[in-house]
Amino acid sequence: MDYDKLISDRVRDVKFSGIRKFFDIAATVENVISLSIGEPDFKTPWNIRKEAIKALEKGKTTYTANSGLIQLRRAIADYTERKNGLKYDPDKEIVVTVGGSEAIDCAFRALLNPGDEVLIPEPSFVCYAPLVSIAGGTPVIVETKLENNFKLTAEEIKEKLTDKTKILVLPYPNNPTGAVMRRGELEKIAEVLRGTDVIVVSDEIYGELTYGDERHVSIAEIDGMQERTVLINGFSKAFSMTGWRMGYFAAPEPVAVQMLKIHQYGIMCSPTVSQYAAVAALLECDDDVQHMKEEYDARRRFVVKGFNELGLTCFEPEGAFYAFPCIKSTGMSSLEFCTKLLQAKKVAIVPGDAFGESGEGFVRVSYAYSLAHLNTALERIGEFLDELKKG
Amino acid sequence: MKTLVDLLRENARMSDEQLATILGITAEEVARQIKQLEDDGMIIGYSAIINEEKLNKNAVTAFIELRVSPEVECGYDDVAQIIAQYEEVDTVQLMSGSFDLAVIIRGTNLREVAMFVSDRLATLDGVLSTTTHFILERYKEKGVNFAGESVDERSLIS
Repeated sequence: MDYDKLISDRVRDVKFSGIRKFFDIAATVENVISLSIGEPDFKTPWNIRKEAIKALEKGKTTYTANSGLIQLRRAIADYTERKNGLKYDPDKEIVVTVGGSEAIDCAFRALLNPGDEVLIPEPSFVCYAPLVSIAGGTPVIVETKLENNFKLTAEEIKEKLTDKTKILVLPYPNNPTGAVMRRGELEKIAEVLRGTDVIVVSDEIYGELTYGDERHVSIAEIDGMQERTVLINGFSKAFSMTGWRMGYFAAPEPVAVQMLKIHQYGIMCSPTVSQYAAVAALLECDDDVQHMKEEYDARRRFVVKGFNELGLTCFEPEGAFYAFPCIKSTGMSSLEFCTKLLQAKKVAIVPGDAFGESGEGFVRVSYAYSLAHLNTALERIGEFLDELKKG
Repeated sequence: MKTLVDLLRENARMSDEQLATILGITAEEVARQIKQLEDDGMIIGYSAIINEEKLNKNAVTAFIELRVSPEVECGYDDVAQIIAQYEEVDTVQLMSGSFDLAVIIRGTNLREVAMFVSDRLATLDGVLSTTTHFILERYKEKGVNFAGESVDERSLIS
């Protein structure tokens, strides 16, 4: 059997992610302390778990509507209005998906024809370019820069915009850099897009984890943008529900209905018990979300200060739960730095280039860990740097 | 948001600088607030959480229930203060319920603790009865789990 011939070209040509490659290296070392996890360390709030238990006790084990329980879609509509002032019709414009990732996949597959270009800012989470390729589109990378605090600028978009551009992916708050886009910065992006037929796939999974006085703003809030935005969100990060696989999208009806087809044929519906739990998340868990956010914020300050003091300069991340310190001063590549740190001190950090070439020279540090854990890791990194200096 | 007291309760050995970073205030402000808390008697001391039996295999800790008849003028205070003066006594608390004073005593062997109870506590005026319970195993004290942090079930990298 010639398996190479058997596999679809599109799929075969997609590579495994740099995160996974580094995981394979780290898995060979024992007793590693990790700063590499992209999921919350908090347990799902009890009210949410209780609701799932209740659903099981009542035997809520059938399929739901393809687009999700109506009470959940209504709660999502209320939540989106409460948080961002956006109105979506829960019957026609909101679909519950299996995590945010499925929603992103549905968007690409519903929108792309062969040759269509998708602008993807990098560094960013690893799923966009592979999913675009599998959907038959052409990823066009837009490199964001440290001097702009890894925010996307209107100029950078203009440079890459062609008549084939169909989608702009907007991954903010950003994994891995922690960068966020504030209202003024979004206005400038919107100005470029309003005259075009480009639609934004706005991945706002980390929206709740925005630090500082200003709240997270969705690009859909900017004048004329809701009609050209597919808003992606989910429960994994804000509600610490990664394993429940709950996400959703909100989009203009003509787009949502096409995306729903893909979800309907490929998935049927999201896990029913998880859907009941997600209702409780939206209705009862504001305090839990706030508590976790404050905890992340304290760790964020601790980690950023720690890296700056070690001489690995770190710009101020304003969202998600990652810091993105620069390791260029060591003279090593990201992969070299992370591999040596792993071998010498058993600390696992993901090399920045796993998130795109523009991440080279940086490392992604997750602070979804206790302060004690972060402190130990920082101490070990400090020892590592001292030993490097001594040669 | 965690307060300074929350953080100190978890780990009193963090430096003023570390506490300041976590709280988003200056180290000087942390020092000032700690001093204030100490002056006001909100923080009355600092100590380590010791795994006694690991430190000394023969170490014995006992929890004593005392039934005491209260005095007219001062209730339980006088007898509690007398008990508190002994070096062997770690903790003295007035309780609600079926007994009155809870006393925690540390010693180097069973006999020492038992003799302390019979010689020093049982003989005090007003003490009606004593019941001694020896601690067999420690699981959690002052928020710290003796088995260490619970296992991180997340994948190493994601």
